[in-house]
Amino acid sequence: MIYLDYAASTPLDERVFEAMLPYLRPDGFHGNPASTHGPGFKARGAVERARAQVAALIGAEASEIIWTSGATESNNLALKGALEFRGMPRAGRAVHVVTSRTEHKCVLDTCRQLETQGVSVTYLKPDAFGIVSPEQVMAAITPNTCLLSLMWVNNEIGVVQDIERLAPSLRERGILFHVDAAQAAGKLKIDLQSVPIDLLSLSAHKIYGPKGAGALFVRRKPRARLAPQMHGGGHEQGMRSGTLATHQIVGMGAAFEVAKADFDADVAHLSGLRDALWSHLQTLVGVHRNGPDGSTGQRTAPHLLNLSFEGVEGEALRASLPEIAVSSGSACSSATAEPSYVLRALGRDDELANASLRFSFGRHTTRADIDTVAAKVIQQVGWLRELSPLWKS
Amino acid sequence: MAIYFDYNATTPLDPRVLEAMLPYLSGPYGNASSVHRYGRAARDAIEAARVQVAALAGAQPSELTWTSGATESNNLALKGLPEGLAGGRVPGRVLYGATEHPAVLEAAESLRAHGWGVETIAMTQDGLIDWQVFEQQVARAPLRVAAVMVANNETGVIQDVPRVARLVHAHGALLHADAVQAAGKIPLAEYWSGAASGADLMSLSAHKLYGPKGVGALLVKSDVELETQLHGGGQERGLRGGTENLAAIVGFGVAAELAAQELEARSHHLRVLRERLEAGLHQLSGITIFGESAPRLPNTSQFGVAGWEGEALLMALDRKGIAVSSGSACASGTGEPSHVLLGMGLARDLAYSAIRVSLGVANTVAEIDRFLGLLGELRLQAAA
Repeated sequence: MIYLDYAASTPLDERVFEAMLPYLRPDGFHGNPASTHGPGFKARGAVERARAQVAALIGAEASEIIWTSGATESNNLALKGALEFRGMPRAGRAVHVVTSRTEHKCVLDTCRQLETQGVSVTYLKPDAFGIVSPEQVMAAITPNTCLLSLMWVNNEIGVVQDIERLAPSLRERGILFHVDAAQAAGKLKIDLQSVPIDLLSLSAHKIYGPKGAGALFVRRKPRARLAPQMHGGGHEQGMRSGTLATHQIVGMGAAFEVAKADFDADVAHLSGLRDALWSHLQTLVGVHRNGPDGSTGQRTAPHLLNLSFEGVEGEALRASLPEIAVSSGSACSSATAEPSYVLRALGRDDELANASLRFSFGRHTTRADIDTVAAKVIQQVGWLRELSPLWKS
Repeated sequence: MAIYFDYNATTPLDPRVLEAMLPYLSGPYGNASSVHRYGRAARDAIEAARVQVAALAGAQPSELTWTSGATESNNLALKGLPEGLAGGRVPGRVLYGATEHPAVLEAAESLRAHGWGVETIAMTQDGLIDWQVFEQQVARAPLRVAAVMVANNETGVIQDVPRVARLVHAHGALLHADAVQAAGKIPLAEYWSGAASGADLMSLSAHKLYGPKGVGALLVKSDVELETQLHGGGQERGLRGGTENLAAIVGFGVAAELAAQELEARSHHLRVLRERLEAGLHQLSGITIFGESAPRLPNTSQFGVAGWEGEALLMALDRKGIAVSSGSACASGTGEPSHVLLGMGLARDLAYSAIRVSLGVANTVAEIDRFLGLLGELRLQAAA
């Protein structure tokens, strides 16, 4: 089995696993980080070291990192928390949010929930490559706009948005800027000292850390303020209550530290794999790359390649590749048979949107894996096309 | 040797739980929402754990939703009720025990901003519901939900949850029971099973029963409608978005199964230790054990020590390598006396003097004796 679904979830890096173990062993550091005795202080120390490690990868201060249970919670907290703090809509007070149609499902679902509470939301349509232009964003802004939420790297097609160019214009207008960076961390250079984003969501299990751990960057200067969405003991500066899961947080910290140390090697490795697979599969006719193809100067993440194959049925194609773990889009939507809403938003018709595969690579993927996968895909696409009434060669 | 007497704050992992988790941490398991083989293996493991954890309370697996921990469970239980946060609907009325955990208390209080009526349930000095007051309070106005914990995290006092359930059900209301501290220490089925006498919502946590931190569960009876508080992805039948915390869920499952199998042996061990502790405390002067005459968890003893502030005593004991708590870990360091003890109507001075000893499976008679000896010395210092 060749695993090419790193964008859905990565295995733990061995170094991360080693770092977590002492916090899992019964004779190890098992205290509650909120306790004010020896075992509690030790756990607290580990949590704070991890906070600094996460902050270091993105150019933030440790005190700007709030732990969550994952990127879904981070995105929920960012959007609902920011709007609740700034005041929800009521008579005589309109509240407007701008986002895009290709955001992660948890951002879109949160926006729809906010709409039921009277918030108006503009869902920007990206261009055929998946780009939302800064001009488009600025044109959508109204005097009531209080927040923009845009992902840095799209989880299905890998397109990179021009966050650096957008951020200063939003800051000038006093509009909060939230960026979902779950797919970006470790794959793009992120420096929040020079990019004035207010809120940034992070996940551990997309970057060789454990599932169940995430973080939200909340800028301190100028201070982004949030109303807590989980009430309780007042942990995390009152923004997020709940006992901190020490081992998971330690794992997230270690994963971010490794990602910082290995950044250049990781990116070179990943983009080499992506380009190799693309050059193999380009030998097929009727293959379309979803997202930027590299020829237009737009940026794309190194770890993702999303392709649509003419003349085959998507489900049949995936079923014909039982030894390759790939996805047809986001894992979160894979229970539904609907074609990807991301590809639909790019203007792909249902047929091509359906006949798509998302290949995503990781540290453990080899060139031999890529060659095997490419040969298998070329063979299966050929066979399926021979059988297909859709294919008129 | 260091002594850990703070199992109600958190427990170490059972080595068998860690063994079960390891393949899911270091192995090639994927996202449980993925349809490929790795995703399906993750899904199977999650469903097996759902059966194990639900069984702890005699619940159906379909009644269980995974969360990131009990704080999220308690928030979802109270804020997820449809009259809660969605705009335009009629706000309800919620009653919660004066001695509830901060997660229940703060979640309930947050409903006030949405127009809910929020009231506390008065407690006696033993930490039990003041029934005369409570019955009148329930009958006074339409009630949506009451939140009463099965066992208190500080005093260990066990409430008569079936009686609460029958009362609030007779008034058409729901009961949410925080069972975090009770789970693994006393049988839970009587607090969940049964339409009349069981709770409608129940919170559970893994890291209080030798499972991992970062995972909890909410039990929801099938006829209770809840709205998600974490949007996205549609996991947990739409009730809780987010990629499942696979290894932790597997660990919770095994921890719950072991807790059920070993419940009697564990509680016997804990009871023996606690009785020895409290017999020793009775020999010292100036000790007040809270909730002593009420039914309590077998492992918990909270007491006031005259002449000491709890926080100072905690630090003095910590310097000797003994970890106890002055109350809830969540409230540590706030400098405020325990809201639980104040909620029982105890004087502030007495509440300030409290420490909590909460015992676990690894504690020994020798540790109890060493603690008692040390406490006696510290008592003499205070008297001198």
